[in-house]
Amino acid sequence: MTLPLLEAHDLQLQFGSIRALDHVSMALWPGEVLAIVGESGSGKTTLLKVLSGSDKPDAGQVLYRDPELALHDVHAMGAPQLRALHRSDWGFVQQNPRDALRMGVSAGGNVGERLMAQGDRNYGNIRQVALDWLAQVEIDGRRIDDLPRTFSGGMLQRLQIARTLATHPRLVFMDEPTGGLDVSVQAKLLDLIRSLVSRLGLAVILVTHDIAVARLLAGRILVMRRGQVVETGLTDQVLDDPQHPYTQLLVSSVLQA
Amino acid sequence: MMNTAGHPMLKTHGVHKSFTLHLQGGTTMPVLENVELTVNSGECVVLSGPSGAGKSTLMRSLYGNYRVGEGSILIRHQDSWVDLATADPRSILAVRRDTLGYVSQFLRVVPRVPTIEIVAEALTLRGADHAEAVTRARTLLLRLNLPERLHNLPPATFSGGEQQRVNLARGFIGGHPILLLDEPTASLDAINRDAVVGLVAEAKAAGTAILGIVHDLPTRDAIADRLFKLYPAQMAAA
Repeated sequence: MTLPLLEAHDLQLQFGSIRALDHVSMALWPGEVLAIVGESGSGKTTLLKVLSGSDKPDAGQVLYRDPELALHDVHAMGAPQLRALHRSDWGFVQQNPRDALRMGVSAGGNVGERLMAQGDRNYGNIRQVALDWLAQVEIDGRRIDDLPRTFSGGMLQRLQIARTLATHPRLVFMDEPTGGLDVSVQAKLLDLIRSLVSRLGLAVILVTHDIAVARLLAGRILVMRRGQVVETGLTDQVLDDPQHPYTQLLVSSVLQA
Repeated sequence: MMNTAGHPMLKTHGVHKSFTLHLQGGTTMPVLENVELTVNSGECVVLSGPSGAGKSTLMRSLYGNYRVGEGSILIRHQDSWVDLATADPRSILAVRRDTLGYVSQFLRVVPRVPTIEIVAEALTLRGADHAEAVTRARTLLLRLNLPERLHNLPPATFSGGEQQRVNLARGFIGGHPILLLDEPTASLDAINRDAVVGLVAEAKAAGTAILGIVHDLPTRDAIADRLFKLYPAQMAAA
């Protein structure tokens, strides 16, 4: 039996009188896509921040198991160690690509920067890897020296994905990756994420308010409400046969196009 | 050739399923009561019973899509039995990938993905080479009379019958040892129904255990080795 890549035990976090995380536990296995869904204010983005180490919980633990199976307490490690983890084993895809990309650096430079942070110093090699990645996310290689600000929203998001995946992370956190995009661009991006994730065997924690996105990308789902996990399980089972009153409400509230 | 004399591939014991509708004041609707069903390799069992007897609910429960309240759903998976009623999500996904195929009535896919890729993916997920999967997908789609000019289009704009055939191709391409067919011929014309009958016969000959819901009688008579009758839960309880 393989062991989880990431585990959270009894996380608690209070913002004033609001319980952002109320006894949340979860586990993620290698190669698995887990969606965290819930309406705004449910705590899903807070959970992502705590899992990825950027916000500290009041109580509870987040444990990461490295490729040598050693366990690391994410909130006990020092900032340099956590940064190193984010540069190597982990990746983060932000909802707004402008928050992750360097807008004043070329497209190729954005991809190459993460490789250089990992210690690659061969310019020709970095440029070739960047070109490969631009091709994988369907950005024309001739745009490699262009600045991101000349790119459309969908292209920026694809560039962010290339930048994130170029260093071969094992675990990728995604915060509403298709959030700010036109529906037509969204569909293309969903297909891209889906095929990259399955081809590279990535483990992904995906925060989304869109349960259709969760259904298409995630094998397992976690439904949050007021800082609590109200239901979790196989994605299609939770969405087609919801047991908790809140999940039933959530599923029945979706507009059918 | 596999032993087609038949050994159990799917077994249920005492399956109960009810729905609790929290948005309707917590009303509980019993649907399945004490279902005892076995499907053997190389045979096709067709569910019968009036509308509302729970045929679709049973199919979805057998696929792990619905969660049953009581009982076990045993699937023969790589020489051991997995109980889908209690298995964790990752085990259910592994059973679906390698053992248990499903053809639903409706096609649910990522928008804008070409038909040929949707069908081929069912095979590449099981480790097949992409080029080989595409070749097999093309053959199967043509066999289901879906012309080549449609293969590179996404199925969103297809007719109901065309989408149904994409679904069938996707269900049959994997060669799963157990196949669940939920009204596979509902929107098909006679020629395409015959194509499905042919696919089912071949799968049976290869040892596949098949369970179906089939309303049109000629197709049912052509594929079914036996019927399994379901009764509405309230009546069974009375």
